[in-house]
Amino acid sequence: MNLRATLAIIGALALAFLTVEETRRRAKGSSTGRRFFGQQAASWGLFVLVFFIALALAAPWTAPYGPSTTLDIVALKNQPPSWVHPLGTDLYSRDVWSRLVYGSRVSLAVGALAMLVAVTVGSTVGAMAGYLRGGVDAVLMRVVDVGLAVPRMFLLLVAIAIWERLPLGVLVLVIGLTGWFGTSRLVRGEVLSLREREFVVAARALGAGTPRILFRHVLPNVVAPIVVSAALGIGNVMLLEAGLSFLGIGVPPPLPSWGNMIADGAPQLATAPWTTLFPGLAIGLVVMALNAVGDALLDALNPRRAAR
Amino acid sequence: MALWLVRRIAASAAIVVAVVTTMFLLLHLAPGVPFLPGVETPMDPAVVARLRAEFGLDQPLPVQYAKYVAALARGNFGESFALHRPVADALADAIPNTLVLAGTALLLDLVLGLALGVYQAVRTHRLPDIALGYGTLFLGSVPTFWLGLLSLLVFGEGLHWFPIGGVVDPVLYPTLPLGARIVDRLWHLTLPALTLGCVGAASTARYERAAVLEVLAQDYIRTARAKGLPERLVILRHALRNAVLPLVTLFGLSLPFLLTGAVLVESVFAWPGMGKLAADAIFRRDYPVVLAATLGATVMVVLGNLVADLLYAVVDPRIRVHRA
Repeated sequence: MNLRATLAIIGALALAFLTVEETRRRAKGSSTGRRFFGQQAASWGLFVLVFFIALALAAPWTAPYGPSTTLDIVALKNQPPSWVHPLGTDLYSRDVWSRLVYGSRVSLAVGALAMLVAVTVGSTVGAMAGYLRGGVDAVLMRVVDVGLAVPRMFLLLVAIAIWERLPLGVLVLVIGLTGWFGTSRLVRGEVLSLREREFVVAARALGAGTPRILFRHVLPNVVAPIVVSAALGIGNVMLLEAGLSFLGIGVPPPLPSWGNMIADGAPQLATAPWTTLFPGLAIGLVVMALNAVGDALLDALNPRRAAR
Repeated sequence: MALWLVRRIAASAAIVVAVVTTMFLLLHLAPGVPFLPGVETPMDPAVVARLRAEFGLDQPLPVQYAKYVAALARGNFGESFALHRPVADALADAIPNTLVLAGTALLLDLVLGLALGVYQAVRTHRLPDIALGYGTLFLGSVPTFWLGLLSLLVFGEGLHWFPIGGVVDPVLYPTLPLGARIVDRLWHLTLPALTLGCVGAASTARYERAAVLEVLAQDYIRTARAKGLPERLVILRHALRNAVLPLVTLFGLSLPFLLTGAVLVESVFAWPGMGKLAADAIFRRDYPVVLAATLGATVMVVLGNLVADLLYAVVDPRIRVHRA
């Protein structure tokens, strides 16, 4: 660990702390914001998320070495944590902290992008089913029934078995496309009740077309549940990515992701447990933070729930 | 009720048929030659044509589909490319192992989750509740297979309390008497089932805590307290009964997650179940096995949801009245 990296990490911590404080200060102005920060775990979750995002964005500064730099394969392999290598080194003498930082880019990006795909498809399908009703609704919801009946991991295994090794972009797409079923059901339910409300009827009476009503009038009112399900969903996607990478069919090495770092470390579990321990801990921390923020958002956006 | 049941079963069957059809289409509309997908050198067109004819791939798609479904209906999942045995045999070996693991994990999930959730609800906003709240939040957020690896490291490698994988001891098992065989199986089951069950129990506990808190705010609980019933009886006799209801929903909901987790946990603990079968088959390009395992998992989920719906009707009289 050199001085530059230490300073950069302290900087990331400071940035996360200041961001949370500033957000909390501004949130005092609204009841939603107060309810959000009224949750014990909300500030903590936000802090963890901002910290890891800062680490990922500033990876060239926060990581003392490159993600696949082998330092000295003879003298420095499987070194336990020390001041020079705070999380130790792995079998190929690569610095685990540096790989963890670069891996956060991959893991966070895969989680966020796959969730974006899932939320986009899910909201569109759900909104169409709920707004158009009738035959469209019946067909789309049967598709969702079928999608929900197959465990997601098996669905992904089938896709990967048929199309062989997937490039990272396609992998993200496939993870996203297997994850929209729940969101679409949620959105459909909301839209079903919204479509009868006066402002939608008014828009229709003014001659607005279906796409305009859907995207300008209906969907903005469903944003709250979508955001909550996205926050909770990113964590789920990160866990799936880790699982796929662990099986050797996720993010292709040598690109580090937290999942394939665990997979790399697993064979040396007994001799160098730190190569397995820390990436898993990182996933746990970030997913926990996402769940905490998601729960707090759920309470903040739904006053009835928070009253409890 | 009978009509509802028939309709519900028909819907479940329709879902299974739809999954079979989708998989058939995915397989047959996927680009590329189905033989030796990794081969670089081009094959003699005559050989490709002969192979296509041999496997019936030159026939029109509807005919192939009819044959595929007819074979499935007779329990014929085709021949595994890599295992040199029918897929149905491999599946028949794997399903009981997965059922034992997932069943035990589900039991742990619901029982532990219920106990923790009730305990937390009774102690809301005090230290045990807060500590357990963070604990369950963390357990529900870590990768299942990572937790499995750590438990292997601590209880297998470090303390030698439990074996580091497999269903039975490969050497000793055949020589053991019946009682010792059961103990051996349970001993091997402990770590994987605990890993899978604890992760599930973490989310069940969070759900159950909220459910109990909701019940405790009801008027009849106040009545029970007002007439001087000890708090223990209020919780156990009045609150618990209604707080158990969401467990039935969770039972149906958590099955897909459990099976997804089982794929990874089986791989970590060398547990020869459906998940490990499918994950191993990926590397051998053995897609008939992957498809069959997926179909097996789907049938489990669909049956699980059916049972959950039935249980719900049995447990909650309001639903029976509603549907009649």
